Amino acid sequence: MTNGTGRRGLLAMAGAAGIGTGIGGRPWRSARAQAANTIRLGVITDMSGLYRDSVGPGSVALTQQAVQEFGNRGFQIEVLQADHQNRPDVGANLVRQWFDQGVDAVVDVPTSSVALAVNQIAREKNRIHLNSGAATSDLTGSQCSPNTVHWTYDTYMLAKSTAAAVVRQGGDSWFFITADYAFGHALERDTTAFVRGMGGRVLGTARTPFPGTTDFSAFLLQAQASRAKVLGFANASTDTVNCIKGAREFGLHRSMRLAALLMDVVAVRALGIEAGQGLLLTESFYWDLNDRTRALTARVRARNQDRPPAMVQAGCYGVTLHYLKTVAEMGIAAAKAGGVETVNRMKALPCDDDAFGAGYIRADGRKIHPGYLFQVKSPEESTSPWDVYKLVTTTPGDDAFRPLNEGGCALVRS
Amino acid sequence: MDEIFGIPIPLLFGQLLLGLINGAFYAMLSLGLAIIFGLLNIINFTHGAQFMMGAFVAWMLLSLGSADAARIGLALLLLPLVVLLLDWLWLKLRLAQPIRLGLGVFVSAAWIAACFLENGGPVARALGAMFPNGLSYWWALLIGPIVVGASGVLLERLMIAQLYKLDHLYGLLLTFGVGLIIEGIFRNEFGSSGLPYRIPPELSGAWDLGFMFMPVYRGWVVLAALILCLATWLVIEKTRLGAYLRAATERAELVQAFGINVPLMITLTYGAGVALAAVGGVLAAPIYSVNPQMGVNLIIVVFAVVVIGGMGSILGSILVGFGLGVVEGLTKVFWPEASATVIFVIMAIVLLTRPAGLFGRA
Repeated sequence: MTNGTGRRGLLAMAGAAGIGTGIGGRPWRSARAQAANTIRLGVITDMSGLYRDSVGPGSVALTQQAVQEFGNRGFQIEVLQADHQNRPDVGANLVRQWFDQGVDAVVDVPTSSVALAVNQIAREKNRIHLNSGAATSDLTGSQCSPNTVHWTYDTYMLAKSTAAAVVRQGGDSWFFITADYAFGHALERDTTAFVRGMGGRVLGTARTPFPGTTDFSAFLLQAQASRAKVLGFANASTDTVNCIKGAREFGLHRSMRLAALLMDVVAVRALGIEAGQGLLLTESFYWDLNDRTRALTARVRARNQDRPPAMVQAGCYGVTLHYLKTVAEMGIAAAKAGGVETVNRMKALPCDDDAFGAGYIRADGRKIHPGYLFQVKSPEESTSPWDVYKLVTTTPGDDAFRPLNEGGCALVRS
Repeated sequence: MDEIFGIPIPLLFGQLLLGLINGAFYAMLSLGLAIIFGLLNIINFTHGAQFMMGAFVAWMLLSLGSADAARIGLALLLLPLVVLLLDWLWLKLRLAQPIRLGLGVFVSAAWIAACFLENGGPVARALGAMFPNGLSYWWALLIGPIVVGASGVLLERLMIAQLYKLDHLYGLLLTFGVGLIIEGIFRNEFGSSGLPYRIPPELSGAWDLGFMFMPVYRGWVVLAALILCLATWLVIEKTRLGAYLRAATERAELVQAFGINVPLMITLTYGAGVALAAVGGVLAAPIYSVNPQMGVNLIIVVFAVVVIGGMGSILGSILVGFGLGVVEGLTKVFWPEASATVIFVIMAIVLLTRPAGLFGRA
């Protein structure tokens, strides 16, 4: 029972079991009935990993909300859901399978590495990629596709709003802690461009393995040693929360300014408003922004586990509603015929919804709406558990995102 | 000369110290695994989930007065402990085995059903009323391991014990599955983004060591881990109980022939290993985000530590735990991108040259 080969056999099994966690979530296979009168939307998102609360079941709920509000206009709508576990291979396989089974559009697709993989498949199969969750600005830049709409936000918008505000307040030397994958790289690159453009310097970067880093203190110490004035976190969710907790513990917040480049309501709640107070961050949606966002929040709360929608979840609502309006306008037969045609019609049709207000989709697939710079309230200022932000500045849509001709998107040049 | 390979010496010292702190967690968790593997021959893949449960119990205790989910969660987690205590009582009353089993099932069903009543039922409400301000970190250090350890004892009695006659791959698959289920339940109930837990006021603040800022709490973690590891090692190597344990590891039948209750010892050993994981979880709660995935990342590394140290070797898992923490810390300075991989590279090399591990007996 204790000989060497037995143990090695066990180890191989242990390894296989570890890898096996990836094969858990299968798409919900429904009947193969390919009713020509049904639009099939597949919400593919992170249902089990660290981004789950910012996307996940909430993204499905908000997509269903859009379907319900759209109502019955002569065709059926079916919403499927699947978990991509933040892995490009899992996501690509699921989406390929979905498209082969007659799914018309995939919705949400958070995690930039997965989104870039799905982007290719949607183009190859001429279907539609309605992205809300991914951050990388490459989706409408070097990797842009005529089959993709990038709705909610991107790394350029976050960088421009948050970084510019911090540099303006005197934070002109930066150190980055960056999640080592497509999203982190894009966010760091876009922020660096702004910091340098405004006369600032970047003193160093620590690239942290993703997923799989729980302790960031080693990187925090390097940041401290760099003597930079600003510590920029080019990561998201639990990673950012762990970083900010650690930074406070090691006293970094006394000598450096902390800039969370991607943070949402959910992460602020997880961090606790006391540890997060004063942080500057950028979002394109906040539930308590205006009457329309409050009305949407009231309508969707029961469906969404009694929580207000987070930014990406609201994006799923907005993009689904706009897609369905386009389908109704061009007729279901034409809409199902080809992805490029439908996306072109989406670009021609002006957008308006309760979450993001009026806006439009640009030739490169970028949805244009305002970006909001928020500051986290102090515990005294906050009156309810989800009352966490005060608005600092609003950047109008045309200034919030990267200018059309600077992204290097082939669709723009032609 | 204040640089080595272009890295300032103060920074290097800081990283060594941080490595030691991470190593403390590795050592504590791999110690539990090593004990369990040594006696039960079970690779306990539930260890990560049990570590996470420890952290959650800490959060629940602190939030007893303020969050419904905390009260109900704790009420449910107390069930294994209650069942074990009642069962012990019934045993003293000389009730027959089938009756004890029936009573146990009945009490469990009633208890769980009560937790789904309005406002979390009588137990949850009583907990909330008794501790409106919650219970502090220090209580969590005591209660966490007991509650989670009791759940481990029940798991061993009801499930793992059925598998000793089979190949130990079955034990691995069972514990792996149970771990996934536990994580899934916690994810459903508490979400994935994590819960806030503050450093206890007695341990907040930091010492200025000259070359770095040393948070008091991290110093406490290293100290606590060292004490626990040392105490465990002493119990196993230097006491009569430890001698029985070691003997049972070698020849269980013979030890039983001398009149020692080996099944009870196995059960308690599993409980103790699980309790160690829970202590680790409570210690981790203030510095890492308390979320259902917190054990997953750590546990893979900890398995590598156990393999490198030699499966079942107590001393090996302690030394290698601290050592690998330091190696990982240094990798974070010189090549951060590789810091998640370096431990597995070492594991591959060790397996190729010394398949039994550095401290294991082939």
